[in-house]
Amino acid sequence: MSANAIEIRDLVVDYGSRRILTNISFDIRQGEIMVIMGGSGAGKSTLLRCLLGLKKPTSGHIHMLGTDICHASQAELYKLREKMGVAFQRGALFTSMSVAENIQLPLREHTDLDESTIQIMTRIKLDMVNMLPYEHLMPSELSGGMAKRAALARAIIMDPKLLFFDEPSAGLDPITSAELDELILLLKKSMRMTIVVVTHELESVFAIADRIAILGEGKLIQVGTPEEIRNSSNETIINLLNRTPRENNVDRDTHLERLTKDTQ
Amino acid sequence: MNKITIELLTGIFVLIGIAAFTWLAVSIAGASFTEQPGYTLEARFTSISGLREGAVIEGAGVRIGTVSRIDFDPDSFEAIVFLRINEGVPVQEDAIASVRTQGIIGEKYINIVPGGFDELLGDGDELYETESAISLEELVSRYIFSSED
Amino acid sequence: MIKTISNLGSYVLDGIEQIGRTFNLLLIILWKILQPPYQIFPIIKQVYFIGARSMTVIIISGVTIGMVLGLQFYNTLERFGSVGVLGSAVALSIIRELGPVMTALMVVGRAGSAICAELGIMRITEQVDALECMAISPDKYLVAPKLVGGVISVPLLNFVFNVVAIGGGYFVGVVLFGVSEGSYVNGMIDSVLWSDVRLGLVKSLIFGLLITLICCAKGFYLHLSKYGSQGAEGVSRATTDAVVISSVSVLLCDFIIGALMS
Repeated sequence: MSANAIEIRDLVVDYGSRRILTNISFDIRQGEIMVIMGGSGAGKSTLLRCLLGLKKPTSGHIHMLGTDICHASQAELYKLREKMGVAFQRGALFTSMSVAENIQLPLREHTDLDESTIQIMTRIKLDMVNMLPYEHLMPSELSGGMAKRAALARAIIMDPKLLFFDEPSAGLDPITSAELDELILLLKKSMRMTIVVVTHELESVFAIADRIAILGEGKLIQVGTPEEIRNSSNETIINLLNRTPRENNVDRDTHLERLTKDTQ
Repeated sequence: MNKITIELLTGIFVLIGIAAFTWLAVSIAGASFTEQPGYTLEARFTSISGLREGAVIEGAGVRIGTVSRIDFDPDSFEAIVFLRINEGVPVQEDAIASVRTQGIIGEKYINIVPGGFDELLGDGDELYETESAISLEELVSRYIFSSED
Repeated sequence: MIKTISNLGSYVLDGIEQIGRTFNLLLIILWKILQPPYQIFPIIKQVYFIGARSMTVIIISGVTIGMVLGLQFYNTLERFGSVGVLGSAVALSIIRELGPVMTALMVVGRAGSAICAELGIMRITEQVDALECMAISPDKYLVAPKLVGGVISVPLLNFVFNVVAIGGGYFVGVVLFGVSEGSYVNGMIDSVLWSDVRLGLVKSLIFGLLITLICCAKGFYLHLSKYGSQGAEGVSRATTDAVVISSVSVLLCDFIIGALMS
């Protein structure tokens, strides 16, 4: 098996008649942190949903740890998912269970471990995300940052080989965001996970990425190391990195017409 | 709400529900899980209009059995009614079975009037003396036409 | 004009799509319940939420309806001089019709709306996706226990309803209006047959399945419906729809089953 954890080939995704992704192809190597970036509407979320197996593409292949998830049976997909962990944007914790119960759920459903082992494993992961004192709280009692950390603990409870983050820094203050970045780096080092992060938070991107993939209007613009991306000559990328607002140059008459159309 | 309390309350609920069902089925509807001790007689009628399976069989106004089955004989164009008589109730060979109505517009039931013979009927025997259901229309039309004389 | 017709057309098509999805959900779940791991405790929990917790509502409405029937039938029967059949009238009406229908409608209001809202919210907060990504099948883990719980609870609640309603009628007829106890009770015993009780049982089983299925499907597939992207408002609209559609379906099925089984 190649050194690639994930291989995406010619991915095309449509929602109804709208084409969202066109011919996306790139690799994600084992043990690296790959950040997927792009402006709003570029197709990042759609790409993530395809990687997670939540959306079937119109055409193309995604080979993950040997299985083509676009053409796999549900049984194969489920087997693969036991090796995957996902931290959703808003945590997606189950509100009827405590933090500890949330984290333990995969263990209870997929393993036969005894109670005390389950408790200990839960505590280990809680400790890794600094949430140990809060194990008995309910999700509604957590702040945004705490919820994301709890969700992360749940994502790594089964020691997955692949870890996915959907906008990990969304809604977090800079300090908590930095702490989360530290955590991600720690996970890669200590547990040798392949980590895929979808985000558009520039600071975090360059702090954690081994490689970056940039999407624009449904196409892959460039894939490379942070150095390569920083030195890119592509206009879209330069604008993205410099936070240049999109141009809005219309002449006065057209602008006036736009404002007053249909108002008489 | 811990696990044991939930299971306990659910168990109580289920038991109450089943008890309610059993009461309804057995006491009211008279469903029995084993057949009541007794014997079955056959009786033929030219008309049993309105009599249903499960209808009451009365003797001297007391319930002595149930109609277990109703069949139709296409050759003789008669209704064959199977009467399940409770154990210990004697039905003579010349007893009369008639289809009657509760009140004027009530349910149909079978009434048994005892006969004078000594021989009693046993399981599977046929009761020959029968009176079919009286239809109101027939009675009225007979009255009308007879009074035209 | 054309627009109205095309709106109507897309409305009908959407409705047919939903019916197909709902039926599909039922088939998927029937297939999956037969495979381990078996969700025994979740089913018990659902029987508790749908059944045991509805007991108060059912008992109160049962006694009330029984009393209302006793009152109304007494009123009418008295004019014909046939108050002796009060027991039969109340018992048969309850066992054959009002028991199954009223029980189902009460459960829709109490548990059906809650089920739809719960599943809808889980869907839009990505909790359902989270289950999928943890290799836990959401239809088996979330929906199946509710479906089984509903099919078990509704008939049981129906029988409790029947018993207390007959008691309510007894209270009004015998205790309040002086109908003889013998004629009430024996009237009941004489006229109620096993086929009547069986009809009530069949109806309540079908209703239980129907209302739970519709409410689950409405919530679970919220993201596929036309208001799936409206967040909280989408959930409340789906819940309202679920309650209305379940109720109307119960009434329609009531007629169909009654016609088929008589």
